[in-house]
Amino acid sequence: MNRYLVQRAGFALLALAALVVVVPILLVIGTIVVRGMRAINWEFLTAMPRDGMKAGGILPAIVGTLLLSVGTALVAIPVGVGGAIYLSEYARDTWLTRAIRLAIINLAGIPSVVYGLFGLGLFVLFLHFGTSIVAGSLTLAIMTLPIIISTAEEALRSVPVEFRTVSASLGGTRWQGIRNIVLPQALPGIITGVILGLLRAAGETAPILFTVAAFYLPRLPRSPLDQTMALPYHLYVISTQVPGMPAQVQYGTALVLLALVLSMNVVATVIRSTFRRRRQW
Amino acid sequence: MDEPKIRIENVSYFYDGKPALRQVTLDVPAHAITVIFGPAGGGKTTLLRLINRLNDLVEGTRMSGRVLLDGEDIYAPGTDVAALRRRVGMVFALPLPLPGTVRENVLYGPRLAGVRGRTQLEEILVRSLTQAALWEEVKDRLDDPANALSGGQQQRLCIARSLALEPEVLLLDEPTSGLDPISTGKVEESLFQLKQRYTIVIVPHSVQQAARVADYAAFFLRGELIEQRVGREMFTAPRDRRAEDYITGRFG
Repeated sequence: MNRYLVQRAGFALLALAALVVVVPILLVIGTIVVRGMRAINWEFLTAMPRDGMKAGGILPAIVGTLLLSVGTALVAIPVGVGGAIYLSEYARDTWLTRAIRLAIINLAGIPSVVYGLFGLGLFVLFLHFGTSIVAGSLTLAIMTLPIIISTAEEALRSVPVEFRTVSASLGGTRWQGIRNIVLPQALPGIITGVILGLLRAAGETAPILFTVAAFYLPRLPRSPLDQTMALPYHLYVISTQVPGMPAQVQYGTALVLLALVLSMNVVATVIRSTFRRRRQW
Repeated sequence: MDEPKIRIENVSYFYDGKPALRQVTLDVPAHAITVIFGPAGGGKTTLLRLINRLNDLVEGTRMSGRVLLDGEDIYAPGTDVAALRRRVGMVFALPLPLPGTVRENVLYGPRLAGVRGRTQLEEILVRSLTQAALWEEVKDRLDDPANALSGGQQQRLCIARSLALEPEVLLLDEPTSGLDPISTGKVEESLFQLKQRYTIVIVPHSVQQAARVADYAAFFLRGELIEQRVGREMFTAPRDRRAEDYITGRFG
């Protein structure tokens, strides 16, 4: 066969592969946006659910998901970035640090329901946090840590080693070099990792199933030890557990969750490109 | 000769068991330019980085012998390494401005050392840039990004950055290897000014440069110090055959 034809056939196959990826995503987003838009109004976003969740709004679920994201961030960012700094800047290459790295990679592959059960065992029962925002946030944070640590470590390692040498040669301690040079340069990558991790946390159902999520709780949480509704779990509930639920409410809830996650994604992209323009290597 | 500023005493150095320096003993006189030269792989950079303990950052190394600064062992336990590096500045082969402006680069070291006063910092800025023969060219661009400067200006900025700490010793590792002849001339010119106040150890990027700047010269070959002389004598009448062959260009 003519080799130009072979090449053309090859390109066509590759384009098809790309299309196969893009089309379902667009279909999913399109369906949700089109069918969910009709449900979205001021009441839907700001009112408590009524009539067994068939009417009213989803405010508690929105607030719950936002609170869980904040709680997750409060725990996962310091621990994750701290761990990444340790692994990249301080830890020597020993069997222990290799074991830690291996553990982190494997943790990233553990099914989220296992994290949920772990959270139930450790935070809810053993530490007596009960089914609460604290327990849920901690569980989500643990699930998020591997993502944050591995992307942050990668970002730190991509800062040229010479910057550290120069800083040291000017009388800087190792920490001063990290604080003043390495961290600012690695920030775009770290922020990307953090937001990727938080996105995953915000959309997960299984980890919050046993640790925080309320089936039906038409009020805002009163303390960190309170339960709360949350968007992913609420979506699961109204899609499978409540007979006769109007499809409009289901699509509306899905749209809100999707918008929340995608807008976080956009923020991440903007932050990243802003910082990258300022980067100097 | 007076007490040497730096005395390297029977130093051997190994990377992962491979020797980089073999029993080197060398005195570096104060307020003069000492040139460390020889073919690549001779241990010159290693030697420089031992004098401000920058080699501490490398894993898997082993050292024996002593390095004395003003008669004190800088590898003695309890030595404040950051303070040592403020006394012994270093300029690298490739100019690498830190992220940030010209001003931030020059003041990075003093700020870390705790200098806070505005007027004091301003004085340091002007003095360092003037000493590095860069002030006239950048006095209106102090708040521009440092990497917007030309290569030659960047290297003099790196020199200014080291001088900002008023070190006693300045180590230069092929500081002009990436520069054009005019920039090289400017850097060398500033070295002649600087030796009044500082002790300078330089690994030159060519034999010609070694001959131009050397008050004292030390020829290194495969980790060994082969010959150590007053500069003029070294480049006109070397005693060792290998040094002569290298200087006259028979190998290298």
